[in-house]
Amino acid sequence: MGKTLFDKIWDAHVVQDIADGPTQLYIDRLYLHEVTTPQAFDTIRAKGCGVLRPRQCFAMSDHNTPSRPGGEGSVEQMEALRRNCEAFGISHYGAGSADNGIIHVVGPEKGLSLPGMTIVCGDSHTSTHGAVGAIAMGIGTSEVAQVLASQCILQPKPRTMRITIDGHLGPGVTAKDVALYIMARMTTGGATGYAVEYAGEVVRSMSMEGRLTLSNLSIEMGSRAGIIAPDATTLAYLRGREHAPQGADWERAAARWLELRSDDDAMFDKEVSFRGEDIGPRITYGTNPGAGIAIDGTIPTPDGMTAAEGQQLMAQLKYMQFSPGQRLTGMPVDYVFLGACTNGRIEDFRAFASIVAGRHKAPNVTAWLVPGSWAVRRQIEAEGLDKVLAAAGFEVRMPSCSACLAMNADKVPSGKLCLSTSNRNFVGRQGPGARTMLASPLTVAAAAVTGVVTDPRTLLPHT
Amino acid sequence: MQQETTTITSTCIPICIDNCNTDLIIPARYLAATTRDPLFFGEAFMRDLRYDADGQPRPDFVLNRPPFAERPRDGVNQIIVAGRNWGSGSSREHAAWAIAGYGIRAVVSSSIADIHRNNLLNCFVVPVIVSEAFRQELLTTIEARPATLVSIDLEAQTIANSGTNSRETFAINGYKKYCLMHGIDDIDFLLQSLKTHQLPQTEL
Repeated sequence: MGKTLFDKIWDAHVVQDIADGPTQLYIDRLYLHEVTTPQAFDTIRAKGCGVLRPRQCFAMSDHNTPSRPGGEGSVEQMEALRRNCEAFGISHYGAGSADNGIIHVVGPEKGLSLPGMTIVCGDSHTSTHGAVGAIAMGIGTSEVAQVLASQCILQPKPRTMRITIDGHLGPGVTAKDVALYIMARMTTGGATGYAVEYAGEVVRSMSMEGRLTLSNLSIEMGSRAGIIAPDATTLAYLRGREHAPQGADWERAAARWLELRSDDDAMFDKEVSFRGEDIGPRITYGTNPGAGIAIDGTIPTPDGMTAAEGQQLMAQLKYMQFSPGQRLTGMPVDYVFLGACTNGRIEDFRAFASIVAGRHKAPNVTAWLVPGSWAVRRQIEAEGLDKVLAAAGFEVRMPSCSACLAMNADKVPSGKLCLSTSNRNFVGRQGPGARTMLASPLTVAAAAVTGVVTDPRTLLPHT
Repeated sequence: MQQETTTITSTCIPICIDNCNTDLIIPARYLAATTRDPLFFGEAFMRDLRYDADGQPRPDFVLNRPPFAERPRDGVNQIIVAGRNWGSGSSREHAAWAIAGYGIRAVVSSSIADIHRNNLLNCFVVPVIVSEAFRQELLTTIEARPATLVSIDLEAQTIANSGTNSRETFAINGYKKYCLMHGIDDIDFLLQSLKTHQLPQTEL
């Protein structure tokens, strides 16, 4: 019987299978950010063991970095990361440096995340890197210490699920909409215990940026890993990047990477299929990413739900100040946020700019446009998008996780409604009492210029 | 922190929130800590559900209602009976530190998110996955009689509801069971393994 892509990469990294226990899995890359690592460095100091392979570790501050001068969160944490990396010989891209950004944007961008690798980081959105054809998983701080010390983690092998999306996406429908659609169908815990492979024509047709968005959101249905087989799109994206192999090494690696795919007769523990034509622009109405609807749809009602489900729905709507059966289009928004490891890449800024070009920011809206890395910001400037955005009344800020989780100064005030390209609409996620709706960069841009939730298809540039 | 566990017999705290994510278990502002002080993280446990914006306790929340408001001690409130899909979302181990710091020794649910489940194990808090029927019965029993004792026997991998005399076995791999029962850290195991196992080189 054939093997899945996940199985192939997993099996190539097994150090040992512990009898009646987890697998000891070798890790190619450890990414470190400032929030989930200080205690891990304390652990290895206490154990007196040092860092086994510091050249395979890369670190950067992102959660606390300011999106405007003076708007940083914990300076102590960012300093601790710098000191720890210096002490153990780990590459560190400090806040404000040319290489800095959100780790899940920078990793693929610098060619640090490559096909066939195992990649871990103390952050659940590490699933992002699976888009290049790697096993990439979020881990806890104890596990960060384990990888620092041994370049291994202990993990039970997850079951495998393939989600196939065939067909085509219509105009104005993005990878983010596909992910939000899948989440709504799978529910927020529906892929717990599974590693997901995304396949099908819709995925094959996606740009690398789109695939990174799709893999990024895997954890929002409970899956630690979301992998996509490498193909010509992957190679075209990675070729020439700083840490990607060069010359003859590239040719050898590229040939090997194209072999990395699930065998035709591979068996998945679960198979799910969707059609691209069924997916339109999406928006969330509740307090988990699975609580979403088509932008032109209505919020569900408790009719036909169990009592418990109905109570959960009503609790979410109470927090969001929405009603069952309500439409969201036309609803005034207070804040819009473009950015995060989900949608902070160049393509997301191009999409946003395509809608706001020649229009103007609505006066009732506060807009935060936060690139995912300094490289993205430089690209925005190189393409002149910053001028398009400025003419429409938008400022491009400095790279940070920013308002995705409100660890720096970018907090949505209590009770305010934010339409956001980030990944979580949890209670208080963007600040205590903040109300978050998730959507694509196009949908967020449409609200930014109209001041209300708007179907982006009504504002698409004519082609 | 590294305590040896064989059995836990205690009253339970019912936290009936489905999809309770780790942002709710510990809000992001407590993640700025650079140390691992159990007192600090115990205070941060479910902070925004326990207290309002002015720092006043929310009287309706279960952790503020007697007898569940009593801080955990031997035999009292050491087990959480949680909602479904407990610990989803962020990988922050701080959530497990908050649970352990508060004094909880086991979390019982019909589903616990993968990363959080590992984090609990690494903090020596026992994640106990039971059937949805067993969880529902536990909640009903506790609601009727909060003094109900629940026993978790790690060696036998059983959980027993003394109120109904029902009992279920739960899954935990032999390796992790041994670690919990003997207070052994994964990192010690991995460091040992380096003496006997050759690691591959990363090619690129």
